[in-house]
Amino acid sequence: MHEELIVAGFGGQGVLVTGQLLAYAGMLEGKKVSWIPSYGPEMRGGTANCSVVISSGEIASPLVNEPTSIIIMNKPSLRRFEPLLVPGGLLVYDCSIIDVTPERNDIETVAVEANRIADGLGELKVANMVLLGAYLARTGVVSPEAVIESLSKVLPPRRHHLIPLNKSALEAGLVIS
Amino acid sequence: MGEKVLMKGNEALAEAAIRAGCRYFFGYPITPQNEVPEYMSRRLPEVGGVFVQAESEVAASNMIYGAACAGARVMTSSSSPGISLMQEALSYIAGAELPCVVANIVRGGPGLGGIQPAQSDYLQATKGGGHGDYHLFVFGPGSVQEIVDITMEAFEIADRYRNPVMILSDGVLGQMMEPVEFPDHYEPGNIPKPWATTGAKGRPRNIITSLELDPVKLEQHNIALAEKYKKASQELTRHEEYMTEDADVVVVAYGTTARVARAAVDRARKAGVKAGLFRPISLYPFPSGALFDLATRAGAFLTVEMSMGQMVEDVRLAVNGTRPVHFYGRAGGMIPTTREVYGEICKVVEGRV
Repeated sequence: MHEELIVAGFGGQGVLVTGQLLAYAGMLEGKKVSWIPSYGPEMRGGTANCSVVISSGEIASPLVNEPTSIIIMNKPSLRRFEPLLVPGGLLVYDCSIIDVTPERNDIETVAVEANRIADGLGELKVANMVLLGAYLARTGVVSPEAVIESLSKVLPPRRHHLIPLNKSALEAGLVIS
Repeated sequence: MGEKVLMKGNEALAEAAIRAGCRYFFGYPITPQNEVPEYMSRRLPEVGGVFVQAESEVAASNMIYGAACAGARVMTSSSSPGISLMQEALSYIAGAELPCVVANIVRGGPGLGGIQPAQSDYLQATKGGGHGDYHLFVFGPGSVQEIVDITMEAFEIADRYRNPVMILSDGVLGQMMEPVEFPDHYEPGNIPKPWATTGAKGRPRNIITSLELDPVKLEQHNIALAEKYKKASQELTRHEEYMTEDADVVVVAYGTTARVARAAVDRARKAGVKAGLFRPISLYPFPSGALFDLATRAGAFLTVEMSMGQMVEDVRLAVNGTRPVHFYGRAGGMIPTTREVYGEICKVVEGRV
């Protein structure tokens, strides 16, 4: 198993946390993992992305130039990262925010109304967890249980009261794809 | 070893320093190393240490000089332009033979440059950096775990040799998270420091200085320093080899670039190309002997760096004309991709360079 993932969207959507949760969950399952954010000046108020590698073997490079999957949370990121996806790769995106459709037909696509579902749960900020659930349902890269266990490690203590909500959002995503 | 935790390279570096007994940190903010002082400012007071944000890098580096004089385990971290400002003090510290640890989380230059990762401070780090005949001992870790291991050892090496040790990291290694383990129990070496200026009550006073106006004595000092560096070259060199046994082309790369190079070597092997990787871990002293030995077996070398060609000079010196040494570099914060390095490997193998 070797997954090279990019998560991308606006700063504040939980892009970096989504990647960290996957990396932490992978580590808990005994897999090799790496996580690296983009940290250029473009992050301030603009787009954010992170690269996650999860593998059953040693990770050579933590840098992802040719992702096997991408989780996309805004339109600029779709335009930027869709072309990089390997043929046959997986694109999971929030179709309730992004008003265009992917252009490639040599990839697998999962459109998730993540923002609308999160709104239904009462908190837009957990849209990332809906997408993460949909991604996990399709790929099985890590178990949902490991992600749930990682929530208390990755989220700062002042956010721990939101763990049940994050769990509900993840579960809502799991049943989509 | 303790529980595995997922940590950023910069935070792991700071935690490792504290575990190694570092209790004093003096620094000044600069991207992409800010996680180090941020972490230190939170953690050091918890362990009875002192964190000072100085008014400048010049001041911070001289605070390091002062704390090192008193025999403290002390460190600073900065990034390229800030490290340049510290060169005067580093020359004094090396001249006065004091132990300290300096982390350079390298960014693109020259000048203010940018904030993205680079390896363009290699020559400054390994060839002295400031004025006079001296060297820092320089290590280029390639993973977050190695950052931890090297940082902890750096304080021991600094004490043992009475010499500054530099950890040459970069923006990728600093920002990247990987699982790390810290040793459960770690006892600092506690190497005696009878030379330290700790108050001369009951003993003759110690004088620490880098000033020596008598050229005969100053020459002797320089000779002693050179002997120390020679001893270090026998004791401190380290490197890692990957798939070099039958390699037609050996990529030579350190730090972040070595990670990319390893992926490129894997890709080459899958395509039936016999590629290998030689990863220097100590950059000064440079593992010249091991590289020269490898040159008797390997077909050709390809040095890959995030610079326009700095370490390649040491590679050429080590190989000493016995094999061709090629170079591929990206600069200014651009990182070579696996595809690019694989392409360069193929060019070397096919004789297209």
